[in-house]
Amino acid sequence: FADFTPQATFDIKKCDLHRLEEGPPLKAELTRDQGLQYYRTMQTVRRMELKADQLYKQKIIRGFCHLYDGQEACAAGIEASINPTDHLITAYRAHGYTYTRGVSIKEILAELTGRKGGVAKGKGGSMHMYAPHFYGGNGIVGAQGQLFESFNMAALWKLPCIFICENNKYGMGTSVERASASIDYYKRGDFIPGIRVDGMDVLCVREATKFAADHCRSGKGPIVMELQTYRYHGHSMSDPGVSYRTREEIQEVRTKSDPISMLKERMLSNNMASVEEFKEIDVDIRKQVEEAAQFATSDPEPPLEDLCNHIFYNNPPLEVRGTNPWSKLKSVS
Amino acid sequence: SPLFHKFLKEALNKVPKDKCVTVRDALNQAMDEELERDERVFLLGEEVAQYDGAYKVSRGLWKKYGDKRIIDTPISEMGFAGIAVGAAMAGLRPICEFMTFNFSMQAIDQVINSAAKTCYMSAGLQAVPIVFRGPNGASAGVAAQHSQCFAAWYAHCPGLKVVSPWNSEDAKGLLKSSIRDDNPVVFLENELLYGVPFEMSEEAQSKDFTIPIGKAKVERAGSHITLVSHSRYVGHCLDAAAVLAKEGIECEVINLRTIRPMDVESIEASVMKTNHLVTVEGGWPQFGVGAEICARIMEGSAFNYLDSPVTRVTGVDIPMPYAKILEDHSLPQIKDIIFSVKKTLNV
Repeated sequence: FADFTPQATFDIKKCDLHRLEEGPPLKAELTRDQGLQYYRTMQTVRRMELKADQLYKQKIIRGFCHLYDGQEACAAGIEASINPTDHLITAYRAHGYTYTRGVSIKEILAELTGRKGGVAKGKGGSMHMYAPHFYGGNGIVGAQGQLFESFNMAALWKLPCIFICENNKYGMGTSVERASASIDYYKRGDFIPGIRVDGMDVLCVREATKFAADHCRSGKGPIVMELQTYRYHGHSMSDPGVSYRTREEIQEVRTKSDPISMLKERMLSNNMASVEEFKEIDVDIRKQVEEAAQFATSDPEPPLEDLCNHIFYNNPPLEVRGTNPWSKLKSVS
Repeated sequence: SPLFHKFLKEALNKVPKDKCVTVRDALNQAMDEELERDERVFLLGEEVAQYDGAYKVSRGLWKKYGDKRIIDTPISEMGFAGIAVGAAMAGLRPICEFMTFNFSMQAIDQVINSAAKTCYMSAGLQAVPIVFRGPNGASAGVAAQHSQCFAAWYAHCPGLKVVSPWNSEDAKGLLKSSIRDDNPVVFLENELLYGVPFEMSEEAQSKDFTIPIGKAKVERAGSHITLVSHSRYVGHCLDAAAVLAKEGIECEVINLRTIRPMDVESIEASVMKTNHLVTVEGGWPQFGVGAEICARIMEGSAFNYLDSPVTRVTGVDIPMPYAKILEDHSLPQIKDIIFSVKKTLNV
């Protein structure tokens, strides 16, 4: 691999700024190793989500399933600029972050299939996955009032908090224009500064996150980061995603702005890696995802003894009422 | 020719006057008819208009009635519930849809403090004719945050009416009554019932068909034991009753239809006949619908007719797990009802 360029500099889109004199840099440096790592992360999330789609259609995954494909650069770019000990929380479209925050593909897929090897032992499902410094996975989101309450307190107390909006243009079936009086989400923090970022470019997301993290860590208080991104799937697996947007629109994003293709083309055109190398990575990821899916479909469901466990933390065992007064079940922490 | 007309007439007489309608379509009909009947009625909520409803309950209504009557809201439950309550106070008759009642927790202050209590606080000056509707309780695999039953929470509060239909006739008749009621009504639907077809009588298909709020219905007569339930579990009770009948145990199955005000008289009349009572619900046991029934029976005239304590069949006292095997064991199954009946009868 001595012939490959070890490092290159790329132009990245300028971020729109709100209440900021300067923003993230207009150029990003990328080493070969970093590039291959970001590629691998995004491709893994992509293939994992597509596997979840397949398993859902086979009815092996049930309930709600909100897929992240198209948005990979967001999770990958953010993780590239934060520390594993920073704290991250998200809503229901959580599989990508669950992976970047350190949970294995195996444990994610096994959670989706409701098996005991899942990250939440099969008890949480798609929207309720957790890891150290990753607080899920949350099913219900208050999109207005609570957000502004948080803005106020974060600014008042100068909390080091990055409020990230993954703007994928639609809230379920409603376009942003029909749901928001202002679609400049990066400005909605009002007195909180904000940046609007190209969320399809992993380098742009990385630089913006680094900028935002530095802002917070230097004691300046919170910052808002709007990532302009796109989801290829519908809102969830029960939404075909084409009643409120056109197939042409989806196809256009795939061909012109796909985050994985963009990174790959950049590296190839700068001779940072070979086509064969990317192919090898793809093959390896496919194998890993396939193995994880195998595990997820063959691992047994959680045992019935686990039904009532984990109601409380660090608590002596207690008795739990079953479906009738003669059914007395046991709960341990 | 006369022969052809005779043949046609005979053929037409054979067509059943009852037909099968899904709960979803029954709810749709109810809203359609009430929107047409009273121009003050309107529907708001997430995805109710252009998406035709997250569960397609409002399908076709936006196309028929337009932006002014069917309104898509942003994802802001506290906000739009508050707007709906204000509209009701000002003289309109809103139907406020929560995509599921789990999301109503974001807005519960508006339901309780702005809607339920206002008539009382204003000594009758200010009415709040609003219906809060949406799916309640467990679905299939939607896990802890999307599976809670809110019947007990809302029924605890004076000033609210809480309705819980089972079949299509219930859905249509009770929703129409709820919309016509001048008080805040919490209308608890069930997602698993939306697609289920039930026979609807010709009478039920008419535009003036209503079912009174506050009156339970005896779905099946029996002499050995009374089963009281609401929503989806009425079906489970009827299934259990069919199995028990083969063993000579005749269950009387009561469909509550309304949780608040509860038709205790109907339950008492049945208990005075059968001397045994089992309540069946999907919600959690503590402080639940079954618990209330037990207390009311104990406080009233039917207590002396009981030959054994009342048995409550409920959901297991845990957050809803995701894995299928665990979820199946978190809710009352037909075999749990059969088991409880036999234990109560000591057979």
